[in-house]
Amino acid sequence: MSDWLIEDWLASACADADRRGLPALKPLLSALADATRALRAVDWYEALSATPSAWPSATRPRQQPGDEDRPGDGEPR
Amino acid sequence: MTAPLHFHTITELAPLVAAGRLASEDLTRACLAEIAAHDDALRAFITVLGDDALVQARALDAETAAGRCRGPLHGIPISLKDLIDQRGVPTTAASRVREGHVAAGDATVTARLREAGAVFVGKTNLHEFAFGTTSDDTAYGAVHNPHDPERSPGGSSGGSAVAVVTGMSIASIGTDTGGSIRIPSAACGTVGLKPTWDELPCDGIVPLSRSLDHVGPLARSVADAWLLYLIMRGDATAARWPLPMRRAARGLRLGIPRAYFHDILDDEVRGRFAESLTWLRQAGAEMVDVTIPHAAGTAPVYLHASLPEASAYHAATIAACPERYTPNVRLRIEMGRYLLAEDHARAQVAREVLRADVDRALAGCDALALPTLPIPAPPIGAGTVDVAGTPESVRNMMLRLTQLFNLTGHPAISIPAGSTEGGLPCGFQLVGRRHDTEGLLATAAACEPHVTA
Repeated sequence: MSDWLIEDWLASACADADRRGLPALKPLLSALADATRALRAVDWYEALSATPSAWPSATRPRQQPGDEDRPGDGEPR
Repeated sequence: MTAPLHFHTITELAPLVAAGRLASEDLTRACLAEIAAHDDALRAFITVLGDDALVQARALDAETAAGRCRGPLHGIPISLKDLIDQRGVPTTAASRVREGHVAAGDATVTARLREAGAVFVGKTNLHEFAFGTTSDDTAYGAVHNPHDPERSPGGSSGGSAVAVVTGMSIASIGTDTGGSIRIPSAACGTVGLKPTWDELPCDGIVPLSRSLDHVGPLARSVADAWLLYLIMRGDATAARWPLPMRRAARGLRLGIPRAYFHDILDDEVRGRFAESLTWLRQAGAEMVDVTIPHAAGTAPVYLHASLPEASAYHAATIAACPERYTPNVRLRIEMGRYLLAEDHARAQVAREVLRADVDRALAGCDALALPTLPIPAPPIGAGTVDVAGTPESVRNMMLRLTQLFNLTGHPAISIPAGSTEGGLPCGFQLVGRRHDTEGLLATAAACEPHVTA
């Protein structure tokens, strides 16, 4: 997901906080948006694939037909 | 022994109680007297079990007189963080949300401690629902640090650390979801152990984030923490006494992660940590630099892992009675409701990466060594503190060096390591291999005499 979607989410969340009478929540939502950008700045799936022994068998994604054609980062998945 | 008896360790007191030379009732009365004298100012306790504690103590003294000793915890006064159920006693979680609650039974760890002969003197104050690191957002009044009452004792198990330091109880049981045992231990100068995740049962304990929650001891020595850990684990070896504690510091190999962990440190904290390493090196320990490549991602991963779990637990009460929460805790719970499931899932993958990072850093080492807190205890109510000329968020600073090991589940312990010129304690943190908490305790016992000034 690219940054503009985080901005979109943040605007929506802040509007909801206002609607619920919780304007004090908006700075925390902005901080959460920053943290989400930081979280997404790392490709954790790629990092995990670089450490095969770390994969728990129950969560290791299976190779699916057509995976070789999957879109790159920043594109819809 | 020169200090009053109720300031000594379980290790020192147990033989006296077992031999009938020290009555549990006298020890319990001494702890209750400390509470009566100082707790109005420090606010370490939410519930004090004065008469009930004395009844427990007399019953245990009667057992001793009859020739029965349950083990090293027999007749020792301890306290429980007020998230942990004790039958017949309120579990408030330091919140008005829980008004009227009385625990129907003991948490499993409470039952094991009771069976081992503990005397419960009371339930300690905390950051409301353990959702914070400073113990000032609580329905029962901010907890004060006994080393400087204008400062926080850390949290969330702030009352537990204060109780241990001030002689209000010989040890205490806390919980740790991002550092909540180790942080107050460092800020107040106690030993605090977070075992490997899922090693000690958390049933009967109000959860914060279940996949990150741990229960563990705050104590006056590594030996005491080890004993309490074994008892709470339900291990028959807890009856062994004395514990096979000491290995020499000589030959220990400690991994020192510097990148990220030393990037933001108060100058005095940095100095005390460097001194500890020097003393350990002089004692024959070896230090090797190690790296945890993704450590810089810890805080956002922690936020996205922990918040949804906390918000899910509180969903019904935050909808029904939001005004009963303290304002800051309410806002943090509300924040978690906006977090996207996709990012929570991403954080779970990140935890696997971080776990592998820490496992690799530990390869060939007995433990990792790092400061517990990057700053001394902050002023009560402060939002930011100055660290080497830069304002930093208190919350971020308090969690910065501890929360990684909640994400990964590795056991970690904080031991006292000197203090600042102003008399505020500093903590020395050791991190061990998963599922080898006793190995970590053995390493900590070896380090303890060399880092504790």
